[in-house]
Amino acid sequence: MSRFGSLPRRLVHLVIVLFGITLVTFFLLRLIPGDPALAILGSSYTHTRAVAIDNFLGLNKPIWTQYGLFMGRLFHGNLGFSFFYNEPATTVIAQHIAPTLFLVVYSAVLAALISFPIGFAAGLHRGGVLDQSSRIFFTLSFAMPAFWLGIILILLFSVHVHAFPISGFGSGFIGHLYYLFLPALTIALGFSTVLVRSLRSATIATLQAEFVDTARMKGIRWARVLWRHVFRNAILSVVAVYGVNLAYLISGTVLVENVFSLPGLGTLLVNSVSDRDYPVVQGVTLLFAVIIVGINLITDIVQAALDPRVGQEIGA
Amino acid sequence: MTAAWAASPSELLMQAATKAAGRRRSPVRRRLTLIAGLVLLGIAILAVVLAPVLVSQSPTTIDAVHPLAPPLTSGHLLGTDQYGRDILARILYGGRIDLAIAFGATSVTLVGGTFIGLVAGYLGGRVDNILMRLVDLFFAFPFLVLIIAIVAMLGPSIFNMFIAIWITSWVSYARIMRAQTVVAKKQQYVLAARALGYGPLRVMFRHILPNTASAVIIFSMVDAVGNIILAASLGFLGLGAQPPSPEWGAMISDGQNYILSSWWLATMPGLAVVFVGVAFSLIGDGLADLLRAGER
Repeated sequence: MSRFGSLPRRLVHLVIVLFGITLVTFFLLRLIPGDPALAILGSSYTHTRAVAIDNFLGLNKPIWTQYGLFMGRLFHGNLGFSFFYNEPATTVIAQHIAPTLFLVVYSAVLAALISFPIGFAAGLHRGGVLDQSSRIFFTLSFAMPAFWLGIILILLFSVHVHAFPISGFGSGFIGHLYYLFLPALTIALGFSTVLVRSLRSATIATLQAEFVDTARMKGIRWARVLWRHVFRNAILSVVAVYGVNLAYLISGTVLVENVFSLPGLGTLLVNSVSDRDYPVVQGVTLLFAVIIVGINLITDIVQAALDPRVGQEIGA
Repeated sequence: MTAAWAASPSELLMQAATKAAGRRRSPVRRRLTLIAGLVLLGIAILAVVLAPVLVSQSPTTIDAVHPLAPPLTSGHLLGTDQYGRDILARILYGGRIDLAIAFGATSVTLVGGTFIGLVAGYLGGRVDNILMRLVDLFFAFPFLVLIIAIVAMLGPSIFNMFIAIWITSWVSYARIMRAQTVVAKKQQYVLAARALGYGPLRVMFRHILPNTASAVIIFSMVDAVGNIILAASLGFLGLGAQPPSPEWGAMISDGQNYILSSWWLATMPGLAVVFVGVAFSLIGDGLADLLRAGER
């Protein structure tokens, strides 16, 4: 059986989940108490505009017809019209994607750079100074709200030591790297908690495996055994944790963007909530869910590519 | 289902928590973690309940003479905010909101999710299939984004925040409990109970539930930490408690405007969140140790 043998079944599953996601986002609008047209228009309510919205959303039609209309528009890339920005919601959302994407990738990389050495070292030297202190640090950081950690980092590195800017996105790649360092660090620290814990226990488990003893008996240098045999195997189990928890990373982005006033999707989402810009809220929610589904798929593929056993287990 | 697909963030966290707790420790030290957590939580609850006794100011009294007073100013142990309102008083009264959410949101989803997971796992078949696909669906959304979207539609308020958490958070419990139930269903004691002719309700609640509840109970402590943070996060974003009510996240958000001159405004309420969060984490770790030891 090929190592990607389970992919077709996975793709079917994916389509079902995507279908469900559209259902949930569609019904979100139904949660608005009272008249949606009134809620969308707010103070700019006029009868003709309300009728226009009712017609556009199909509010005067049966609910399943409305869902059909919603799906039809979705396939044409139409998420509705943002009454706040006076533009199609897709245009508004597209303008805010770059900072979020940059931040997510940046913090994922930072998290790996922070947690891989610490988690591996903590697992190698159980109960050592690094193991103990990292456990205390990460117990604390698990209880820390991401946005508060961000503010504390601002206090330390922007207000006391003028090392990094308080807010903004910067310009150019280097500018982004510099301006987004504190936001990315904030998210990465929270994310590292889980990564360090799982890499630590994976390392401990791998050290006890027979192939490690075999490698040592063959006379391979210990450093090489650690790198080629222990680290590589331990990191496999972390890939799953990494992918699954990227969802958390995205939640972190929403908060941290607001702390550092970054012009990303998270800020857009929160602003759209207060502006009652429902099509944008709906669109961002949908986009985030699709991103998560995509990441999960990539995680599965990476896992299958790294570890032949994974694909076969699924197929069985 | 593969490990990667089946494992939710929450489950992985729980696994990490229980694994970490599985280290061999002496019984005394094992209880020490639990006791420390309970003491910290007890202190927090007492402080919040006895707020009127502990501080003389009300959380909304404006002291126009001392705006932005630093900590340790006489009469204001933790200083005052931009209106001269006492920060300690605001933290203590605000804690009532945050602790109420930790307990209110967590307990409802614990009971509801456990019930759904138990029924799905025990009955199996179509019920199980539909419920678990629903659970999968909720896990496809970033948790915070879904909560924000629901609150957005219902309108920002504490009560709507409860509703949003209730709608979304039961899924973790359902998944954990279902996994436990599926395993338990094949075990001797359950087969014996069924052979004795006990009905499904009795088998589920008198036999399976008492033997498998430890996992969801341990997870509920992790979840409580998450809910405290969530409440503060929504307050911070202006989607939870509304001003002038002294919710911790809202206080942090307020304080961020004064970060260049007055660091204590944003720092102090955050420390309160960390205090309560650590208390719940310790209780969770302690319970994991105790309950897992009992299972062996």
